[in-house]
Amino acid sequence: MTHFTAPHIEYSQLAPVLIVLAVATLGVLVEAFVPRAQRYLVQVSLAVVGSIAALGDTFWVFDKLNPGHGTVHPGQVVAEGALAVDGPTLFCWILVLGFAVMGALLFAERRLEGGVTAFAGQASALPGTDAERIASTRGMEHTEVFPLLMFAVSGMMIFPAANDLITVFVALEVLSLPLYLLCGLARRRRLLSQEAAMKYFMLGAFSSGFFVYGLALVYGYAGSLGYAQIAAAVAGKTGSHGLLLIGMGMLAVGMFFKIGAAPFQAWVPDVYQGAPTAVTAFMAAGTKVAGFGALFRLFYVAFGGARTDWLPVAWAVAILTMVVGSVLALAQTDVKRLLAYSSIAHTGFILTAFLGARSLADIGPGNIQPVQALLFYLTTYGLTNIAAFAIVTLVRDSSGEATSFTAWTGLGRKSPLVAGAFSFLLLGLAGIPLTSGFIGKWAVFAAAMSAGAWPVVVIAVLGSAAAAFFYARIIVLMFFHDPVADGPSVVLPSILTSGVITVCFAGTVVLGLVPGPLLDLLGRVAVFIR
Amino acid sequence: MSFPWLTVMLAVPVVVALALAFAPKSISATTVKQIALGTSLVVLVLGIVMAIRFDNNGGMQFTETHDWIKTFGAHYALGVDGLGLSLVLLTVILTPVVILASWNDGDEGRWGPKGFFAWILALEGLAVGVFAATDVFLFYIFFEATLIPIYFLVGGYGGPNRAKAAVKFLLYNLFGGLVMLAAVIALYVESAKATSGPSYLLSDLSHLHVGTDVGRWMFLGFMVAFVVKAPLFPLHTWLADTCEEATPGTSVLLVSVLDKIGSFGMVRFCLVLFPEASRWATPAVVVLAVISIIYGALMAIGSDNIPRLIAYTSVSHFGFIVLGIFVLNSQGLSGANLYMFNHGLSTAALFLIGGFLISRKGTASISRMGGIEKVAPVLAGLFLVSGLATLSLPGLSPFISEFLVIVGAFVYSPWAAAFAVTGIVLAALYILVMYQRMMTGPGPEEIASSPISDLNLREIVSVVPVIALIVLLGFFPKPLLDMLNPGVQHSLVQVGAHDPTPTVPLSGGSGEGGSK
Repeated sequence: MTHFTAPHIEYSQLAPVLIVLAVATLGVLVEAFVPRAQRYLVQVSLAVVGSIAALGDTFWVFDKLNPGHGTVHPGQVVAEGALAVDGPTLFCWILVLGFAVMGALLFAERRLEGGVTAFAGQASALPGTDAERIASTRGMEHTEVFPLLMFAVSGMMIFPAANDLITVFVALEVLSLPLYLLCGLARRRRLLSQEAAMKYFMLGAFSSGFFVYGLALVYGYAGSLGYAQIAAAVAGKTGSHGLLLIGMGMLAVGMFFKIGAAPFQAWVPDVYQGAPTAVTAFMAAGTKVAGFGALFRLFYVAFGGARTDWLPVAWAVAILTMVVGSVLALAQTDVKRLLAYSSIAHTGFILTAFLGARSLADIGPGNIQPVQALLFYLTTYGLTNIAAFAIVTLVRDSSGEATSFTAWTGLGRKSPLVAGAFSFLLLGLAGIPLTSGFIGKWAVFAAAMSAGAWPVVVIAVLGSAAAAFFYARIIVLMFFHDPVADGPSVVLPSILTSGVITVCFAGTVVLGLVPGPLLDLLGRVAVFIR
Repeated sequence: MSFPWLTVMLAVPVVVALALAFAPKSISATTVKQIALGTSLVVLVLGIVMAIRFDNNGGMQFTETHDWIKTFGAHYALGVDGLGLSLVLLTVILTPVVILASWNDGDEGRWGPKGFFAWILALEGLAVGVFAATDVFLFYIFFEATLIPIYFLVGGYGGPNRAKAAVKFLLYNLFGGLVMLAAVIALYVESAKATSGPSYLLSDLSHLHVGTDVGRWMFLGFMVAFVVKAPLFPLHTWLADTCEEATPGTSVLLVSVLDKIGSFGMVRFCLVLFPEASRWATPAVVVLAVISIIYGALMAIGSDNIPRLIAYTSVSHFGFIVLGIFVLNSQGLSGANLYMFNHGLSTAALFLIGGFLISRKGTASISRMGGIEKVAPVLAGLFLVSGLATLSLPGLSPFISEFLVIVGAFVYSPWAAAFAVTGIVLAALYILVMYQRMMTGPGPEEIASSPISDLNLREIVSVVPVIALIVLLGFFPKPLLDMLNPGVQHSLVQVGAHDPTPTVPLSGGSGEGGSK
């Protein structure tokens, strides 16, 4: 009789993920058992408190795994090799959970829509029907968005931690499915929102197909799905090299789709524009963290030995992404779409850090490492982006958010504070010194150049110049032109949105002026365990 | 620990600027202007005290060094040598002048006088930072940060096409700056290879050995930014467009102060950090400089718009400055260093008085002026003096610097000097023809019907100090030259250049200027 061994699970290290999953599940139960009137409050507090609890627990795990003795890198492979809880993972968790708290607060904003959330009153009611009108006059709202958010967060936490291909695939789906749904739940412009959800879902499913195919091929090559075993197979050059190349290519397609790198970026503008802006804010920040975390781990840990094979492709993708993002952004006339294209360009900039892959022996003490640069950039980009999208929710006219450039004309005259803050965030996205964006850009470019990718860096700085042009255009529009007649006005939000904006804005300022402590910390934790 | 002079000079205007920006709406325009003027005068006094305490042979002084971002090797490090101090002084002298001269220019603009003077003060602080930074990373930060105040000053307070001009200005300069960013990052990579870890301190980097190719690429990266900034042909086109739309005060701060970052950067960073590449690039840069001298002068002759004309004269003069730097001998370099200061003074006077005239006539077109000297003799007289300074008349300060540059160019190559000298002839043409067309002769019909008023007391008080300095330094440039020359020798040692002929006694050169 065969003996069954129960898997050994390190519950204490995994507790942050488990807390989030538990909160998400509780949220579903709340929908079933709590009366409608109290659901909003219960769900919001559950999501916020749950995220904060998970965040606190992450710090505890961080503290426990990191003895803090200089060169020792924290980390432990847990759950029978399925997950790696190490420095990059823990920092990604901190980021994702932080963004989750802000996302939950933005989701909970009720003042802007006159007492209800920005999500559809009844998602099942067809747009333009009586059912929809009834739902909106009765002030109905979907509080399911909070459990959906928490499920997405759990996926985003597992994705960068996953240490084998099956786990990474499951995490990919867990983070994507709730996002597809959330994208389609806008209260206003519902057709646009549903179209966005549909597109995101179709293309996402398609790219998942690629990913699974690549997974199968790599399994065929290495005989295992674990990153460590794959790395050993790559180092030993055991299998057919062609199989490995095709497998890596397919996996890369799935990853590049999630982070919105060209040529797999087509969904980004439509989805960012159509989704409720609060969802866009959270998605833009959170998906980037999770996607890049997973991409780096997969290619650095599992395929690090085949660097020379995938680096040329990564060069091409990085260059293409920067060029496509920056050039197409020049033609935009809608603030949300512009931010979407800017996000594509930023994907390209972050990918330059990806090119910094070197063997650890080549990186001298005190030199900047690719993962360190990546994590710093993700922090700055996430904060700045959430604040920018949150400000977009404030500029409204009678039909909801007004995002066209004409509507934003002369906003600096009507509301100098909001326009000034938005301008500063745009300067941050453009990477102007004294903002966090500049330090982030410097870090990723330095990582790339240290590995000899100077042609990409030169293209990246030229791309930054083009990017600066389209950011400057909005500033010109807001400050150097007179407002249009009966244009939108800035609605005063509740403490929820304004608090998020303040925190993110402060982060952009502080990380621009004193980035040292965070960079030092990241220098100590930014090594993957293998 | 000694008193942080430079930090205070940097911080005071910036803090006051922030306070003005967030001041309540009820604060009156006059109060804002008085606060701005008072602040700039306080900074001027600080600058004068610093100049008195400065030891000409003391190398880098008033230094402050603190770690800032360890991972990048970046420091908050300030300090000035003779060149740095002269440009800091230029900044703090011109800022109160501009504030006084532009007393009412901010009233019409987009954010009123509050915004106008806040941006000017912010610019002053950042400009001090640029000239005082002794850490490449910090320099880069200030370098880029100065773009923002100018961008808003041009875009918010200029002529009808100001938004377009502001964007063009920003794009050109950002482009240059970002190319430089690539070189700055490359510098990090090179310095990180050293055993002591990455450092951006100028004192550490000047000992750094980089490969020939890498050094040349980095040199080019820095040079592109500086050539955009101190506009040389062919990257100069933004300057004329910007000056045409900006208020005269903004143009002064831009051309007289900020564009000096370019030529200052060439001396401070290109020569010191990349000596081999500097020697390698000399022929090409000299050719570009000579083209700029002649091209700028020709464009100035063809201009019918006063600010455009002055902007093109500056292209020509920056050609002289860059020529002086890259002939790599002591005459040329000390001439160039002196020229940076003098060009700042003469151009400022020209822009401001031209601006007074434009605001009276309501047009900047030269062909629509005429006969001004009869109705406004003081204006015309001061304009003539500053014009003569611009064409380097002996006895006025730019003459000595131009003379030294041409001597240096002659030592380098008689051909370069021969072409550069045509710039002087052309300068006489564009200044005197402009004066003739604007000020002399019978005016157009309407001047009789609506005569313009002469300069008022505020306007005279604002430009007279500048004119006085031009005359004073024209006859007695010794204090300034003494301040600059030790740095010149230091730069030449760094770049590994030697004077082929015995050094012309520099004080004798200045005496010659005075005696003519």
